[in-house]
Amino acid sequence: MAQSPVSPKPIRLSSVLTIAAVIFVAAIAFAYTAGWLSPRRLTPEKLVAALAPPGGPALGHRRNHAKGICFTGTFEANGNGSALSKAEVFVRGQYPVLGRFNLATADPNAADAMVRVRGIGISITTPDGQEWRSAMIDAPIFPVSTPQAFYALLTASQSKDPDAMKKFIAANPGFLAFAGWAKSAPWTGSYAEERYNSLNSFLFVDESGVRHPIRWSLIPAATPVPISPEELAKRGPDFLEQEITQRVAASSQTWSLVVTVANPGDPIADPNKAWPPDRRTVDVGTLTVNQIEQERDGPCRDINFDPTVLPAGITTSEDPFPAARSAAYSRSYNARTAEESYYPRTATGAK
Amino acid sequence: MTTIRTRFAAPQRLLHWLMAICILSMLFIGVGMVSTVAPKYLTLVQIHKPLGIAILVLALIRLGLRIFYGAPALPADLPEPIKLAAISSQYIFYALMIAMPLIGWAMLSAASYPVVLFGGVHLPSILPLNPRLHTLLWHAHYFLAFAFFAFILMHVAAILGHKLIRNDGIFETMAPVLTHDPSKRKTDLV
Repeated sequence: MAQSPVSPKPIRLSSVLTIAAVIFVAAIAFAYTAGWLSPRRLTPEKLVAALAPPGGPALGHRRNHAKGICFTGTFEANGNGSALSKAEVFVRGQYPVLGRFNLATADPNAADAMVRVRGIGISITTPDGQEWRSAMIDAPIFPVSTPQAFYALLTASQSKDPDAMKKFIAANPGFLAFAGWAKSAPWTGSYAEERYNSLNSFLFVDESGVRHPIRWSLIPAATPVPISPEELAKRGPDFLEQEITQRVAASSQTWSLVVTVANPGDPIADPNKAWPPDRRTVDVGTLTVNQIEQERDGPCRDINFDPTVLPAGITTSEDPFPAARSAAYSRSYNARTAEESYYPRTATGAK
Repeated sequence: MTTIRTRFAAPQRLLHWLMAICILSMLFIGVGMVSTVAPKYLTLVQIHKPLGIAILVLALIRLGLRIFYGAPALPADLPEPIKLAAISSQYIFYALMIAMPLIGWAMLSAASYPVVLFGGVHLPSILPLNPRLHTLLWHAHYFLAFAFFAFILMHVAAILGHKLIRNDGIFETMAPVLTHDPSKRKTDLV
């Protein structure tokens, strides 16, 4: 029993302890949920930090796929996709597209010939107000099978331990299939000659509610012309941006959007595993790129091509990557948009 | 001696406890989702947005009820600093309950994210794409969330103090059920 001198009522120690215990338990539960008590939890913060080169991230830029250029265009649906998904984007018609060609590097000033993987981000909006965003790359498979393995890859590739990559590959042998592609697949000299793949599996939901596990690819109309990285290097560090700007100015560039439907038993959850080549494909429409704009003042600059921004009729599957990418992209977006002053717009773009 | 107090009206008590569950869930979902890359990230985000809008709607209804019904008077013997804390905490909670969902909505708008409630149901954008505003709103959303949780802890500590230490009837004004017959209280304390 404790007696407060200011209160006429007795203050029992047990009451004070009860209150303290309730508050303590609530605070601990909150701290646990926030990850403060779980230093090993793979957080978006850790994943994004692991993408940064040793000197730190390029402030104001995307934390990965940092070098890029904006485009606008259209997606013309041919109606064939409606058998698989009820999304309006597959109903025959033409819808506006905002996008970005990019290189998979954390360095916005990287020379084109130094970056093996190229990507595209697209956002298609439909009159019903819905939006489909996708970020795809030209590799046929993803380097690893899980977000944890991707973090391990980033960590190993920057490790001072000379055996780090060996250990990583021993634990993640699927990486060798990607490494084989990276080593032997021909390079091209144009963003317009690349095929871009979703890699991740999603579900198309049709009118009757049936879910179809699918992946998609953008297949270029332009014929790929192989070029060695040495030859590409000779053309200059920013050749790809100059080339696509001139090429699109001369004529619009197109890709077919082709959806591949999984068979039962195909690896839905693992983007490191390709599906057999005989799977049913459906050409659902044409992406046309009409105009190129520099990123600095361009419309794609402050857009997060979050692959989980999906219209009703497309949803995520058991593939764990879209969730991890969404979490990490959001972290990257919040960081770079807060660093606008490090990547200033040009005077004409300023208000 | 304690004053026999009236209680908040039944709809007010119902909303208080319903919102307590919603808001605590919301804060835990919020800190949980930004700390994980696991598939539950998407599930949590998908709950966070419609729940936030539900809290906004409930808070506005509750504000209306508060204006309509008022509140039971505080005990006359309550020390002035505690009285001031009790009154200001109510303003703070109403401000946070209404501001947090609006800040979240505005923050998504300023980043040009579609504000999806469920399926094809979207809310309109309430701000144009603007990185500076997005940064401001995002920081506000983040720090106010922790402030909100801290205020809730203080609120719980205070109300338990009213119940367990002062037993002045304030707890009973919002209790979902009457925990004991107020007339017996005198014999407990004397």
